[in-house]
Amino acid sequence: MNIHEFQAKSLLRQFGVAVPQGEVANTPQAAAAVAEALARGGASGFVVKAQIHAGGRGKGGGVKLASSAAEVPRIAAEILGMTLVTPQTGPGGRLVRRVLVEAATPIDRELYLALTLDRGSEGFAIIASTEGGMDIEEVAARTPQAIHTQLVDPNLGLRPYQSRKLARALQLGAEQSQQFAALLGGLYRLFVERDASLIEINPLVLSGNGANAALLALDAKLGFDDNALFRQPQIAALRDAEEEDPRERRARESGLAYVGLDGNVGCMVNGAGLAMATLDMITACGGSPANFLDAGGTADRERVKQAFKLILQDEQVRAILINIFGGIVRCDLIAEGVTAAAAELGVGVPLVVRLQGAEARRGREILDRAGLPGLRSAETLRQAAELAVAAARGS
Amino acid sequence: MAILANAQTRLLVQGLGRMGQLHARLSAEYGGQVVGGVHPGRGGQTLAGLPVFETAAEAAAATGANASVIFVPPPGAADAILEAADAGLALVVCITEGVPAADMARVKRALRGGGTRLVGPNCPGVVTPGQCRIGIMPAQITRPGPVGVVSRSGTLTYEAVDQLSRLGIGQSTCLGIGGDPIIGTSFVEALALFQADPETRAVVMIGEIGGAAEEQAAQFVREHMTKPVAAFIAGAGAPPGKRMGHAGAIIAGGRGRAADKIAALRAAGAAISPTPAEIGATLAAHAGFPSPPS
Repeated sequence: MNIHEFQAKSLLRQFGVAVPQGEVANTPQAAAAVAEALARGGASGFVVKAQIHAGGRGKGGGVKLASSAAEVPRIAAEILGMTLVTPQTGPGGRLVRRVLVEAATPIDRELYLALTLDRGSEGFAIIASTEGGMDIEEVAARTPQAIHTQLVDPNLGLRPYQSRKLARALQLGAEQSQQFAALLGGLYRLFVERDASLIEINPLVLSGNGANAALLALDAKLGFDDNALFRQPQIAALRDAEEEDPRERRARESGLAYVGLDGNVGCMVNGAGLAMATLDMITACGGSPANFLDAGGTADRERVKQAFKLILQDEQVRAILINIFGGIVRCDLIAEGVTAAAAELGVGVPLVVRLQGAEARRGREILDRAGLPGLRSAETLRQAAELAVAAARGS
Repeated sequence: MAILANAQTRLLVQGLGRMGQLHARLSAEYGGQVVGGVHPGRGGQTLAGLPVFETAAEAAAATGANASVIFVPPPGAADAILEAADAGLALVVCITEGVPAADMARVKRALRGGGTRLVGPNCPGVVTPGQCRIGIMPAQITRPGPVGVVSRSGTLTYEAVDQLSRLGIGQSTCLGIGGDPIIGTSFVEALALFQADPETRAVVMIGEIGGAAEEQAAQFVREHMTKPVAAFIAGAGAPPGKRMGHAGAIIAGGRGRAADKIAALRAAGAAISPTPAEIGATLAAHAGFPSPPS
């Protein structure tokens, strides 16, 4: 789960990590009030930043500077309500509902710092680079020597020497190295105590010269482990449902995993691997899948109905393929769910059903007895995909 | 022989909720030795026909168990794994879906160097056909034979096993390693076990997008495997940045693509099934099993 920059910075503050002064606003008037308060605190320049769950906001015109507090409401009015298109939003862009208004920070150096769960070492990794303010994947491709990775054993935690190594790699002086150790300690505590999967500070800036220079998180991207939200109510409450695809949100709320694609064969499958393989099979048969849908390990009548609703909301769908390999899921219960949902929702497209595994025979009998119009049974995965692709073509 | 589980496996079930009880019964009906359950607060009772204990240590001492299967919900799953290891069980299979990744990172470190092998979490379990069923697989689709099956997926494993059985090709052991980013037993470890098992003559490996486990497996196949390997990688058409159900199945930062995994495995000498419908046939052709009359 991802959160907004203003939420991320609020969390950083809670964990003692310095961030620029600022507040979120959802109207130009509110933005003006934030700027005026900042000006009273001594700020002379301002930044107005669109709050959406996608990077590259600056490139799309979603981050603008104001040289006076008086300019802020006009700039906020430009950004609020705009549909911001960035390399990460897709061509449709995202509607901007809020802006973060901050005091501008003088920048002497831009660094990069990230904490992440590392699959390779099966632990945590801290990634630091002197090349801040740029896309880290570009840095990794162009100057890999500028990226320093420190693995952390989750059972030992962050050790002082690891902070010192990273401070050296970032070419920080003695004073800033101490600041850095405190900052990294705060980030690590946030990562562990809030079950983050990613904390990315890009850029981490050094503002000012000499002993007075301060380290600040100028931007922050935080992601959290969905599997840990059950024990992180504070984090779960930060979810912004408006940033999610509405169909994916409804699916999540019904306990289904759904990803919209651009084809015309709707799919309902149990298990993520088989669901992916079903999409592969449809493609191999010359068709094009409309979605990925994993009905999960506890698919019952109600979930099957929700799954149907989701699939049918996609107007592109010309046929539906249901592929269930029973194990933990029982095919007879799926078959009951299919017949009930089809009767209730009036499925107007051809339906190809393939049931295998636990209680498959009973499931097929239930479907046969129901005698649904437009329903065809398949024995194998290939048969099922071929039938569904043909049905979607109208043949 | 097979790997991990056989007729000598004495299984505990940790977490006797509805799922745990159902699959404890199915595993016992399959003919394996299911010897007891662990469910804090229910010690002394009998559930699913099993004597229930408060702790894994008591259960292991009383029953002589050497393996356990975990159905404990996510908040307690990591603790249940550590408890099973502490009780000295050689094999722990965690079925639970939704275990926090940080919990698994800590558990994996804690298990290092110890005598416990973990399979999972978020996996369908282990079946050695005709001998032992651990987890939730529909064991009726398996049949004893010479092919090892290892997979990151659950139901796609069943699909592959079903194809093999329909071709008359039996399995030595079927193993689902789980779809999470951090898991107990990797492809490489599973392949090493199959390579060392005299009853396994060939291996089917089913991977999917995300991570680098298939690439590591390819390197192992190239350097250490003398037995034929057939592979399928799910998710060739998946769009980048979208998580395809499994926590681990995501193409991120240009890594984890199916095409790269397929190329690595092919270069290592594995036969690649072009579609998920031909996994059994690909193995049969590659390993030289006679094709059945069609």
